[in-house]
Amino acid sequence: MGEPLLQIEDLHAGIPGREILRGVNLTLPAGQVHALMGPNGSGKSTLAQVLAGREDYTITQGRILFAGQDLAALKPHERAAAGLFLAFQYPVEIPGVTGMQFLRAAVNAVRKQRGEPELDPVAMLKRLREAAKLVDCNPDTLKRPVNEGFSGGEKKRNEVFQLAALAPRLAVLDETDSGLDIDALQVVAKGVNALRRPDRAFLVITHYQRLLNYIVPDVVHVLVEGRIVKSGDRTLALDLEREGYAAVEEKAAV
Amino acid sequence: MTTTDTIQDLVPDKYKYGFVTAIDADTAPPGLNEATIHLISDRKQEPDWLRQWRLKALKHWLTMKPPHWAFLRYPEIDYQAISYYSAPKPARKDGPQSLDEIDPQIRQTYEKLGIPLEEQKALAGVAVDAVFDSVSVATTFKKKLAELGIIFCPISEAVRDHPDLVRQYLGSVVPYTDNFYATLNSAVFSDGSFAYIPKGVRCPMELSTYFRINAQRTGQFERTLIVADEGAYVSYLEGCTAPMRDENQLHAAVVELVALKDATIKYSTIQNWYPGDAQGKGGIYNFVTKRGACRGARAHISWTQVETGSAITWKYPSCILQGDDSVGEFYSVAMTNHHQQADTGTKMIHIGQRTRSTIVSKGISGGHGQNSYRGLVKILPGARHSRNYTQCDSLLLGDQCGAHTFPYIEVRNSSSRAEHEASTSKIAEDQLFYCHQRGLDEENAVALIVNGFCREVFKELPMEFAVEANKLLAISLEGSVG
Repeated sequence: MGEPLLQIEDLHAGIPGREILRGVNLTLPAGQVHALMGPNGSGKSTLAQVLAGREDYTITQGRILFAGQDLAALKPHERAAAGLFLAFQYPVEIPGVTGMQFLRAAVNAVRKQRGEPELDPVAMLKRLREAAKLVDCNPDTLKRPVNEGFSGGEKKRNEVFQLAALAPRLAVLDETDSGLDIDALQVVAKGVNALRRPDRAFLVITHYQRLLNYIVPDVVHVLVEGRIVKSGDRTLALDLEREGYAAVEEKAAV
Repeated sequence: MTTTDTIQDLVPDKYKYGFVTAIDADTAPPGLNEATIHLISDRKQEPDWLRQWRLKALKHWLTMKPPHWAFLRYPEIDYQAISYYSAPKPARKDGPQSLDEIDPQIRQTYEKLGIPLEEQKALAGVAVDAVFDSVSVATTFKKKLAELGIIFCPISEAVRDHPDLVRQYLGSVVPYTDNFYATLNSAVFSDGSFAYIPKGVRCPMELSTYFRINAQRTGQFERTLIVADEGAYVSYLEGCTAPMRDENQLHAAVVELVALKDATIKYSTIQNWYPGDAQGKGGIYNFVTKRGACRGARAHISWTQVETGSAITWKYPSCILQGDDSVGEFYSVAMTNHHQQADTGTKMIHIGQRTRSTIVSKGISGGHGQNSYRGLVKILPGARHSRNYTQCDSLLLGDQCGAHTFPYIEVRNSSSRAEHEASTSKIAEDQLFYCHQRGLDEENAVALIVNGFCREVFKELPMEFAVEANKLLAISLEGSVG
């Protein structure tokens, strides 16, 4: 097995005056898919943002090891180069910048940081077309400005496309299922499943069990009030669906 | 660190064209009076009609006051402290006969600037006329163009070799009485480019002029005249740089475009004059009058400008749409950093019926920069069924800079329509973080977002120069040098 890809130890983090994560412990080995569930306001998205390095949040205690490296020492773009990818809950529009320009800049920026040669335009196009095919995404998306005028579903699919193009070691999916109808959900899930590999891990953050019918997790964690109160196999997600978070919260409080 | 701080750290920039070339120059003593005009006319061995025209302009200029309506702040300029003529001393008395005879120092300067003076090294399809201080030093591809009947040469040469054409059109779009700076230019203009595209000819290559101010305490007053005869097409690009100097230098150019029936002129500018240092010391004062006349039916004039340099920019490339169904366009990116100020925009004067104009202006302000769009859309009573569309976007990169919009719209008939859209935005922290998460550092992220903001304008530039404009903008934004 070797060391886990992601190891979160006693993580406390928040914004000034308010602690949101209050001692998170989580171990995610390469090759696995873990789901992170929890009620609104439990800190799921905060954890995603902290992993990606958003400056609004401060780590006050604990640490995050990514492939053995302390993440706190890395800036957000360096984390990306190290192989961490966040599929945003609310993907951001970048007017006038085409998907092609954006991904070309991103892929080459990552390669440059890793000391790899930049891809020439032909190699880049080939790579992006392959990525599009892998997640069943229309390559014409590349010609449109990033997320501009995209529907909710298109934005989420575009996140998965970027994930395929950047081929990270760890993908954090922050409520990628929110706002999707069942068809879009299946397309997104299919894309994610196509990207599963023994050397890649996924942390799938979701409010609903529904997504986990399509992306089957190895482990489910339940986050309540900034702590992981329960972990288990995928049946835990089904329990949550049936009994609700309140029951789990009660049990956790005991 | 807040996003604003971060961006401001990035905005400071190094000006990579700030070197001085040590050459022997023939420079007139500072000051402006009739003797100055005679000196210029003598040096250039001009015909009497031109000398008289200059003298009329000087006489008129002496009665004028500089305009103060622009949203610009700068000390009064002492016009008697400026030298109005500076020319590199030629190795031969009758001037260079071929590119090989150009002073190697000047050639090196243009090489440093990336201007392809040597034909074998030239970008495929770009003919360059290079103006160094007051004098045009080389025109490439002249022979090839001549075979098609295209005239592309320094305007001083055109005065000598094609006097009828020059006399017919010079001052016909921008009369010598037009405004303070244009009148000054009419009196003292030293050189510039002249292009004439004959009837029905499509100019097969981009024509390009490169302007460079080198000498100290000189102004540059070039004059460009482009005439596209019936059915002709030409795409023209000008680029500009200057050395870094502590004092402000004056640049007052005039560009006149004439498009006859069914002719098209695309005029693109990449203006990167020295902008001054981070404290606002030095830099070029750029007071430019650019105007095109669509004289015949279906004539088409398109201005595209990328303005990243100069301490002060005062510039309104305009179109007079006389011919029925003629079209005027203005696409502009203006970037102000540090203490740069820009007051720029356009005038679209609709005279003919069914005339159409489009204005797309993108202003970017960083540091203490002040960026104003000023535009006039005037649709006269006879210009029935005319249309204008104006889009005016501002991007603020900090909280010390400013963006301003001064649109004037006059529609004098009921069948015409003018639309105006405007927006002001900041680079959102969300956008930056999104880019960072994909691997882009601060500099690359800002450059990418700003490029996206400018896209509608960049796509109007000829391919080779769109790349250059992208790079230039990135350099203006970043701390690094290309």
